[in-house]
Amino acid sequence: MLAAILLTAVLAALLAIVMLLPTAASTTSEARLIERINDLLPQTQCGRCTFKGCKPYATAVARGEADINQCPPGGDATAAELATLLRREPKRVDPKFGIMPLRAEVAWIDEPACIGCTKCIQACPVDAIVGASKFMHTVIAAQCTGCELCIPPCPVDCIEMRPAAD
Amino acid sequence: MGSTRNVHGGLRLDAHKQRSTRTPLRLASVPSQVVLPLDQHAGSPATPLVEPGDIVALGQPIAAAQSDISAWLHSPVSGRVIAIEPRHAPHKVDSVSVVIDNDGEDRKHAANTPIDFQSLTPAALCEHIARGGIVGLGGAAFPTAAKLLRASASEQLHLLLNGAECEPWISCDEMLMRERAADIVFGAQVLCHALNAARCTIAIEDDVPEAQQALEAALATQSDTITLITVPSVYPAGGERQLITSVIGMEVPSDGLPSDVGVVCQNVGTAAAVAGWIRDGEPLISRIVSVTGSGVREPANLEARIGTPIADLVADCGGYTEDVQALIMGGSMMGVALASDALPVLKATNCIVVATSTDLQPRDPEMPCIRCGNCSDVCPASLLPQQLHWYTLGGDQPALERLGLLDCIECGCCDYVCPSQIPLTQRFREAKPALITTLTARRQADAARARFESREQRLARLEQEQRARLEEKRRQLTGRKTSPTGPE
Repeated sequence: MLAAILLTAVLAALLAIVMLLPTAASTTSEARLIERINDLLPQTQCGRCTFKGCKPYATAVARGEADINQCPPGGDATAAELATLLRREPKRVDPKFGIMPLRAEVAWIDEPACIGCTKCIQACPVDAIVGASKFMHTVIAAQCTGCELCIPPCPVDCIEMRPAAD
Repeated sequence: MGSTRNVHGGLRLDAHKQRSTRTPLRLASVPSQVVLPLDQHAGSPATPLVEPGDIVALGQPIAAAQSDISAWLHSPVSGRVIAIEPRHAPHKVDSVSVVIDNDGEDRKHAANTPIDFQSLTPAALCEHIARGGIVGLGGAAFPTAAKLLRASASEQLHLLLNGAECEPWISCDEMLMRERAADIVFGAQVLCHALNAARCTIAIEDDVPEAQQALEAALATQSDTITLITVPSVYPAGGERQLITSVIGMEVPSDGLPSDVGVVCQNVGTAAAVAGWIRDGEPLISRIVSVTGSGVREPANLEARIGTPIADLVADCGGYTEDVQALIMGGSMMGVALASDALPVLKATNCIVVATSTDLQPRDPEMPCIRCGNCSDVCPASLLPQQLHWYTLGGDQPALERLGLLDCIECGCCDYVCPSQIPLTQRFREAKPALITTLTARRQADAARARFESREQRLARLEQEQRARLEEKRRQLTGRKTSPTGPE
């Protein structure tokens, strides 16, 4: 009698573990997939895909909430790599998400015109702008991804995109 | 004399050096006009200090180093600057160059004076060497001061002077060692001081007895910190990494610098140029060029002003013979073919091979790879050229990176032994820029990702702190309301 109760209890516990496993495994495999998708993205963090950076976009793609053709900086090459990874039909990037310049560009601040409002610093997704309140700001060109997110917030329009140095 | 270690691969090639070493070193005629590309060294181009119309003196700085890897440029003649404009150059189709008309007077720039290097600190001496426009004269033209500064952080450095001139046609270093051994030894002392080096070794090949005797004689009067060593004359014994391996028995890491194994390598010609700048106050305005090959009547080594048209050097050597097929700058193994003889001599121009059909190895049409493995036997970088070949054809960049395409030194050994006549080196040279672009993009993406993620974490932390502060405030306020007399 006791043996039977124990056996049932052990079996129930095992069954519970077996039933819970797939959910645990699926979260880790989803995290892995997000990482693999994120590895293929250009890390421009520009938000053109309508998400707040490359990783959020990767997460959305992994969950089927976004298509693979939403990354203009990565271009058709990235879309093709995503298609291969996810075993889907390749697609060209949808131009409605934006068009990238042919040559890589970085932001440039016209320093005499800068009033030191720090709005661009807050907008920069990769902390590539240095400066402080009421002090001149400047772009660290080597860290700039060319996302253009600093341009709209500037109240004096003193930021422009310039070709990146080779 | 110390012993040396064997290096993987390499070829024993027929030397053609004796053709250009029969006559002594002499000065080339000075041209009526010099063309000086601003980007003739490795790194960023120099910034011009003169404008068209300016009068310049011999040895006057005409362009300044722009960044930490860049080099000063000096006028090799006295005269008038007539233009700063894109000109054809050996390394590039359009290279912005300073063009100077020679007035033939050779008025010297008064500010260039000899200095007592012992009185300078190593850092100040490096800065002074940079001011002399000195770059590596072995062919890569890497700014010498930048190389010294990068290495000087290391302790107990071993300065290795590279006199192993392994290319079969080039003899400019051999003639320099034969005729100006004292300059090399003086330059070695200056470089040792600049690096705070513990010791110095001059490495030469074992088939240049005259140079060996001259160096031994010059070293006899010196203290024993400088030693001479011979390495087997196997091409490419004089490659920087190959020479270091054979002399100290350690390999330079693939992604590292020679200073990672405690070595700094400089060409003997560079040491002599340093000596000229420190001892005589003469910046790098001339260099020794081997003019050789069956296509030139009297092959010789000439000391030519930088910017001299190559045609002038050939004329100084008796002119062309018939049947000239190609003009090659650098050696026959690693050199580049030149489009015209009007191009100027650069700081990197060690040799001009005027080749006839007898000099050139005839190339049959390319055949498929038969996987014989000869190429990997001779590769001095221990790569697998046959595998690289397949992956370059397929454009498989991850595989190329894994197999070390970027460690290829483009020595040409694999081409030379390939029974199928596959232009392997050419393929690798073409595949490298694309791979470098990809790797750079990946490195930048990784950096951007790290910065983005750390920013996200910081913003989340700040928001949490803000919320905690508000919560605390609210708790205090509501606490006060319920018990106004309670302690604060």
